[in-house]
Amino acid sequence: MPYFGSEETVKDLKRALSNPNVQADRLRYRNYITRVIRSMTQGLDVSSLFMEMVKASATVDIVQKKLVYLYMVTYAGHKPDLALLAINTLRKDCADPNPMVRGLALRNMCNLRMPGITEYIQQPILSGLRDKASYVRRVAVLGCAKMHSLQPNTEIDPSVVNELYALLRDPDPVVMVNCLRALEEILRDEGGVVINKPIAHHLLNRLKDLDSWAQSEVLRLLLRYRPRSDDELFDILSLLDGFLSSAHAPVMAATLRLFLHLAAAHPAVQADALSRARGPLLAVCGSASRELRFAGLSHVQQVLRSQPAQYCSHYKRFFCSYSEPGYIRLRKMEILVELVNDENVVLILEELKSYCTDVSTDLAQAAIAAIGRIGRTYTEKCLDILTGLLALKQEHITSAVVQTFRDLVWFCPQSTGPVCKAVEGCDETPQDDEGKQALLWLLGAHGELISSAPYLLEGFIDGLKVEISSAVKMELLTSTLKLFLSRPAETQDMLGRLLHYCIEDEADMNVRDRAGLYYRLLQSGPDRTRQILLGPNSDPSMTVLTGRPEELVSVWASSFNTLGSLCGTGAGPENLPAEDSAHQVHAAEEAELGFGPAEQNLNTEPEEPLSDAAAAELDLTAGPPISHEAFERLWLDLQVVHQQVLEVRRPPEPPETLQAAFLLVKIQTLAFSRADAALWKAYVYSRAGGTLLLAELLQGAPEEPESEGMLLVSIKQQPENQSAVRNFISVLKRVLQTLSSNTS
Amino acid sequence: MISQVFILSSKGDHLIYKDYRGEADKDAVSIFYEMVTALSGDQPPVVMSHKDLNFIHVRQGGLYWVASTKTDASPFTIIEFLNRLAALTKDYCGSLCEKSVRMNFALIYELLDEMVDYGYIQTTSTDILKNFIQTEAVTSKPFSLFDLSNVGLFGAETQQSKVAPSAAATRPIMSHRSEQGGKNEIFVDVVERISVVIGSNGVLMKADVEGEIRVKCYLPTCSEMRIGLNEEFSIGKSQLRGYGMAVRVDECSFHQAVKLDEFDTYRILKVCPSQGEQTLMQYQLSDELPCAPPFRLFPTVEKDYGNRLLIFLKLRCDLPPKSTALNVSVTVPVPKSSLSLSQELSSPDQTADLQLKNKAILWSIPRFPGGAQLSALFKVEVPGLSSASLLEVGPVSMSFELPKHTCTGLQIRFLRLSPTHPGLSQRWVRYVTHSDSYTIRI
Repeated sequence: MPYFGSEETVKDLKRALSNPNVQADRLRYRNYITRVIRSMTQGLDVSSLFMEMVKASATVDIVQKKLVYLYMVTYAGHKPDLALLAINTLRKDCADPNPMVRGLALRNMCNLRMPGITEYIQQPILSGLRDKASYVRRVAVLGCAKMHSLQPNTEIDPSVVNELYALLRDPDPVVMVNCLRALEEILRDEGGVVINKPIAHHLLNRLKDLDSWAQSEVLRLLLRYRPRSDDELFDILSLLDGFLSSAHAPVMAATLRLFLHLAAAHPAVQADALSRARGPLLAVCGSASRELRFAGLSHVQQVLRSQPAQYCSHYKRFFCSYSEPGYIRLRKMEILVELVNDENVVLILEELKSYCTDVSTDLAQAAIAAIGRIGRTYTEKCLDILTGLLALKQEHITSAVVQTFRDLVWFCPQSTGPVCKAVEGCDETPQDDEGKQALLWLLGAHGELISSAPYLLEGFIDGLKVEISSAVKMELLTSTLKLFLSRPAETQDMLGRLLHYCIEDEADMNVRDRAGLYYRLLQSGPDRTRQILLGPNSDPSMTVLTGRPEELVSVWASSFNTLGSLCGTGAGPENLPAEDSAHQVHAAEEAELGFGPAEQNLNTEPEEPLSDAAAAELDLTAGPPISHEAFERLWLDLQVVHQQVLEVRRPPEPPETLQAAFLLVKIQTLAFSRADAALWKAYVYSRAGGTLLLAELLQGAPEEPESEGMLLVSIKQQPENQSAVRNFISVLKRVLQTLSSNTS
Repeated sequence: MISQVFILSSKGDHLIYKDYRGEADKDAVSIFYEMVTALSGDQPPVVMSHKDLNFIHVRQGGLYWVASTKTDASPFTIIEFLNRLAALTKDYCGSLCEKSVRMNFALIYELLDEMVDYGYIQTTSTDILKNFIQTEAVTSKPFSLFDLSNVGLFGAETQQSKVAPSAAATRPIMSHRSEQGGKNEIFVDVVERISVVIGSNGVLMKADVEGEIRVKCYLPTCSEMRIGLNEEFSIGKSQLRGYGMAVRVDECSFHQAVKLDEFDTYRILKVCPSQGEQTLMQYQLSDELPCAPPFRLFPTVEKDYGNRLLIFLKLRCDLPPKSTALNVSVTVPVPKSSLSLSQELSSPDQTADLQLKNKAILWSIPRFPGGAQLSALFKVEVPGLSSASLLEVGPVSMSFELPKHTCTGLQIRFLRLSPTHPGLSQRWVRYVTHSDSYTIRI
């Protein structure tokens, strides 16, 4: 940035530096040089002082030398001819008896980025490689890389490469690591430094002598090595084991990445490594440095993609502190949503609820959205909280709640009733575009359940002239038309006004076209309009419960401990895995369903009939939700183990009540057929005593005429356990009977 | 590998700029500053990228410490490196602020030159660096009486003679000047950060402690130091030692230089401290405090006649009577539409005011002795007060520091330097607990 009077300053400095009186006084001389560097840092162009600075480099004062070198390195590119004058001094310094002076001169000589310098530095570098002081060798090794980068298109000198490979055995650890770095750069076109078995084992054996920076760098390079056999692999892993719990976050993260990479074929080893790194990773999440905390959180998010259950019991570590900056709190909320299970849901919701009134609107809205996401599994609890928030009557909160309602209704149709009631009870309308659109969508899609819907829409239509956003206008058109289809008498008049205004007076072309389209659509009759306009009002895929499939570790392991993991906002539940990896995901899921570690433990325990412990194990448990595809696959693979006519009819409740009732007794629902279907079916599942139970409820099966209207249940199980089946049926029957008796 | 390292003041002034690889322009500095000041709340600001250049920055001492890189480096390494750079700057310059960086820029350039070569981290150990660093630090602080009045930071109640002057901990580690060079001092600090959530029913919902033992060493040559911890110190849930009150932590980790051969039996850490500040041991304890949480709050929030909200807070300090909490501040969020505040506090040294920007009452108490109980009555004028507005009051958050107190009960039994250092040497052990986050729901 240019300063006023900058030319004056430079002139003054020039005069002072060439003044022999100043040159004679060491302190004053150094003082002026310091001022030159200060101006340089501030962005002043002091390149015209180059001549004077070169003169100043011939001194015994090391501090002054360092400052002058800094200056020369910065401006050498601009003044290559003058920089050559300094080469002599530098070369003389390279032969100085003091290794510090030698190293300093060599380093800075290699840093001069200008054409033609290579012929001067080649000789000093080569002698530097054989210097007896490790400090000079370190500098010389990296000097080889710098020399290569100055002439990128020339042929690689094999003698230099060989010398560098030989220096891998140097007693100084930094020289060794610098050799790796230099070779990596010089041989980049050939794929970098070669890590063969002797080199890999040499590096692994010396790992303990290195400092933490070098350790993490070596660990990164070892990613390239492939062990020949499993024995070798496990030898390496046991060698690395201690580093997994290192107090230095970079070393811990690099080791974990290497573990995940090397053990790609051994999922159990990967899982073990992840669980052993959990402690250190949690410690990073609580570190005093905010930035380190953020990096830790981002990496926890990655681990959660494969092992959500591992961190569930540590959810309190992710509660936000009021002094933390927003970006950390947002990450923590994202993580909290992933950690919800039956035990901690109440406490997590209570915590999230307290964030909803935060001063920052961004954080408050994010907290509300987080509650909404939990609401897809724990609908009732979340609806209570969200409805309560509407009472605060604050614009940004109302808007976020309405948007959350819209998403909730889309994903969980069973929440439609309570949501419509809450929307009706809310007399504050959102003022921002997103909130308005969400409210309009709800009014259009479920207008028949909201008695005040026409009045609300009328309010929007009256304010149409001052509405700026065209997206809101389009949404208004669609919802008014939808409402017209369900409640024509109340809406006809305002629909006419709206269409008239949009076609005649609207300036926005998109809105005008949309209005014209709807107008012509109406001309073709209400049935046709209904057919075209009314799509599904909820997520069309059959899953009622949305669970996130667990991903394979290898999906994210390659981006672990890279900058990429911090840039992205993390994988939200919306980011579904790509199609091509879908079958892998399902394979993993099935493995989890059948042979998860928890189940395995239970299986190996000896059966103890009639003991209390065994009875407790047969209680139904919820466990992680199963995706639609995985259920279907299992259903097709397994045989029916038990079939029975239940002596109850189908309860007349709407499906959402039925689902809620099932959830109370830990039976999860996959899908229902529509209430008015002739052949009513429901698919449910649960876990008990180490087995997974899948069941189909069927009403009106044609082959069983005598049990007309009674429910037929077919159960498939993996692995088989008859007592669990009996228990399951008795629970199922009890629920259905209670429901029927309530309504009759 | 690192392309550039630069330090910016909060106003965007270039304090330090070092280009290691010549890959990126100097414009990168201004591009970075534009990006960081244009950030809205929800972008993750630690890592930013512009074209193919990635910026990683940390904020310390009110400054931006930035590294730029073109490769996909390990974020942990670069963040840790920048933190280390800031710590070294603090060690060498005495304190960390814009002024000290400005005055010592030559020294910082020297540090950067030795720490990193061609973008690769060479060394960050003080022991090695001190051989190469030639520039002397310039300290900015002239002597002032204010320093003496500040003495009580870590030990308010003790006699003056026993207290380490606070200025001693903020001087440069390498000083060639005579009046300071003679002081061979070593400080061992046990610093804990406590984060607590107390539910509206008074139940402790979360209590975590993160602690560390830090050594700040001014001894020019290192000799082995032995630090004895409580003998009852135990790690993990299963292990219990001794018969008295066990001092328990969940996990702990040590600096790689610490020798642990006597740790298992005698709880002794052996280390040869290098000059400057080091963290010897870090430990965590979650969900179980050995003592009661330091503060309990008994709030009453009610609607007065008209548009007035009454908030009555009774705050009790559950520390032992000889301890004192300092700089206690209590933040009570109030409804968005609050206009004005009138308060009744129990003593004149406390203050309370309504911060309209944060929509909160800030009640500050400079000193709070253990076992005492303070109360405050706030009357807030809120136009359009409804019963729903009461929901906006809370949760209350507190910040404080507890000198001479550790929540885990960790103590240092002894501190021995062997062989005994000639002409030595003052050894200081200090304890302090800071509040990381202390939240009480209403």
